[in-house]
Amino acid sequence: MTLHRLAPRIVTANPLLTLSGVTRRFGTLTALDEVSVEVFPGEVLGIVGESGSGKSTLLRLMNLEDAPDAGVYSLNLPQTPGNLFALDRFDRRMLCALHIGIVYQNPHLGLRMGHSSSGNVAERLLIAGERRFSVLRGKGQQALEASEFPLERMDSPPSELSGGMQQRVQLAKAIALEPALLLLDEPTTGLDVSVQAAVLDTLKGLQRDRRITIVIVSHDLGVIRVMADRVMVMRHGRVVEQGLSDQVFQDPQHPYSQQLVQAKL
Amino acid sequence: MTLAKLTRTWAPMAYGFLDGQAKREMRRKMLKAIAVPGCQMPYASREVPMARGWGTGGLQVTLTLIQPEDRVKVIDQGADDSVNAASIRRFLARVSGAAETWDTQDASLIQSRHRVPEERLGADQILILQVPNPEPLRGVEPNMSTARQMHADADYGRLWLTLYEQIVRSGRIMQGAAYPALVNGRHVMTPSPIPRWDVEKLHMAQHLTFLSAGREKRLHAVPPFTSVTPLAFDDVPFKVEAHGSLTCHRSGITGQFMNELPQSDGGALYEVSDSHLGIKAIRARDGEPDTTGPTWYQDGSFRS
Amino acid sequence: MTRVLTAEALTKNFVLHHLSQSLPAFRDLSFTVDAGEFLLLRGPNGVGKSTLLRMIWRSYLVDAGHLWFERPDGVIDLARAADVDIAVLRRGEIGFVTQFLIARPRVSAEEVVAEPLRQAGIADPLPRARAALETFGVRPDLWRACPATFSGGEQQKVNLARALILPMRLLLLDEPTASLDAGARKALLARLADLKSQGVAMIGVFHHPGDVAHLIDRELTLKPMTELSNVAV
Repeated sequence: MTLHRLAPRIVTANPLLTLSGVTRRFGTLTALDEVSVEVFPGEVLGIVGESGSGKSTLLRLMNLEDAPDAGVYSLNLPQTPGNLFALDRFDRRMLCALHIGIVYQNPHLGLRMGHSSSGNVAERLLIAGERRFSVLRGKGQQALEASEFPLERMDSPPSELSGGMQQRVQLAKAIALEPALLLLDEPTTGLDVSVQAAVLDTLKGLQRDRRITIVIVSHDLGVIRVMADRVMVMRHGRVVEQGLSDQVFQDPQHPYSQQLVQAKL
Repeated sequence: MTLAKLTRTWAPMAYGFLDGQAKREMRRKMLKAIAVPGCQMPYASREVPMARGWGTGGLQVTLTLIQPEDRVKVIDQGADDSVNAASIRRFLARVSGAAETWDTQDASLIQSRHRVPEERLGADQILILQVPNPEPLRGVEPNMSTARQMHADADYGRLWLTLYEQIVRSGRIMQGAAYPALVNGRHVMTPSPIPRWDVEKLHMAQHLTFLSAGREKRLHAVPPFTSVTPLAFDDVPFKVEAHGSLTCHRSGITGQFMNELPQSDGGALYEVSDSHLGIKAIRARDGEPDTTGPTWYQDGSFRS
Repeated sequence: MTRVLTAEALTKNFVLHHLSQSLPAFRDLSFTVDAGEFLLLRGPNGVGKSTLLRMIWRSYLVDAGHLWFERPDGVIDLARAADVDIAVLRRGEIGFVTQFLIARPRVSAEEVVAEPLRQAGIADPLPRARAALETFGVRPDLWRACPATFSGGEQQKVNLARALILPMRLLLLDEPTASLDAGARKALLARLADLKSQGVAMIGVFHHPGDVAHLIDRELTLKPMTELSNVAV
């Protein structure tokens, strides 16, 4: 017997992010089946699940890269409509540039490899309408510094950088405009263990200093355990369990979560 | 009853080489281009007796506009007397009955490659620029349909990014010709390969400018009194070529756009790029009345 | 006395799906804790003393029953409260002192201790953090080093300094004296007595309850539940 959790009573703020009843089908495959998520300001939500569980599809929807077959998505920001899925291309692009930052596992998705690293960061500011070279330079530098990127390499193109450095450039780009929401899609997968620890540490420090709201997707439970306040376990496009991180890891309820936690090294 | 009685005597009905349908299409696209300044309009580029890439776009616009009473000037890199300019000018005169001229002030239609004349153009003149590549986004977005979407969204961040990186890499903006400019606060255009020097001449000008690319089958326009703002950072202002202190070795003109003539001793001589401006100055020096009109630039700086 | 926590008919089973088994931990357990009261949990190993603390901390879920937690602006059921509310309570009202420090790389000992103060919006928290480290006997030359590299005993001192720096309404103590030297143990007891006098309610599990004998107000003895039941999965 499971007790239903009640709506927040102490926290009176509205959720920053609300997804409700989101369904996404690819042909006959249902990648997401009526998924609902709430993320409160300053919170870090971790989404875990095996490949094909729908976790990355969900993140792409949050970044408005894809449209669902059903469902409503809203961000509690001034002057944003009730359902972001209904935005046209132009508004969608502006909203993403101004309020949502994303770091992909594959840096080719998030970076322009031929341009300089600082230019990659500056582009965000340019889209937001910044037209002062000195500010572009200064703010770009700040963002790269906050991502603990070595500034002497700020004008090298990402194609000449190591994987860990590329992730830092992506992160700097994502936080340059101080977004309300930061999305991390397997941000450290494929990196060496020591580099992975350093990048996670940077992320953790940023979260602590700026209280950014973060949604992080990973199949690596260690990453989620380090980063997330709250965890959502997904399987076959459904949310099978969600709760506080330590609860999901110490006292998983659903058979699949138990299996997942036990399988962790 | 004879055939002659039933029909009118033959007289030419059309001129300007293109057939009526072609001109009609061009007129419609040209009107659209004027209606949406800086926005590229596709058109069915016709065959003209000239190879693509030699000014066929400009030629089709000129052929559509030209009338027997026009006076036509053709410029190639500032010069009226190059083979290309002379051939196009003679062709235009032959197929339309219009008069040929070298004088900017005298001309009603000016077709040009790479330059805007130094003498100011008036409301009764039309400038037609030959454009090799009308798409300012080509360098950053090879996919043309994506580029059109970017225009629709006014998504010019990547053009700005290119300028940013030029400054980062070289300390200044290196873009010499075809400098991107925002037209009427909405569309970014590439103003054909004219030097930076000439971009300001299009801003709030009295004359109408067409920019047409025959191979790419697109044209755009800058109507009179339309803003043309070169993309530049607030704290790194747009600068034209530093030709203000150069003197033409033939005509003695100072403060206009010059061609550099490298010398065997390693130095360089300069020659005014607008050849007819030089001719006017030389004639005035030889005692003929000076017919030089007011110029956009004086002593190397733009006068608005 | 002000009531802080009322446990009402708590029931907890661990369902092990892969074994198709259910391990009962508690059935209909009820108790109360008042402000300034120290409740000692007793019972043999494996009886569920730590489990009970974790249920109150909500890292273990409660299957049935209630955990009424009294707050200035009303009562909230810890067994059913929303996750975000629990996160807020953990920051400012419920403390959990364990034997394990979660050290983060590159964060200095004094910053680790100052963090709860920063979260509570206290300006310039470092002097207070340093004083706390000093109380527990952490050498000043270690204050700016990262605790991840410390020995177990030193880590535990940092952990205690952090966990006890703010007076919470309810403090859960899971064998905090383990691996402590005599000096630190003395400092811990002094700090607990201090917090108790400030009205902090405490629920504790101690290997050697004698250490804290003078603090104990009441004891709750847990009885083992041995039966295993099969559940359908």
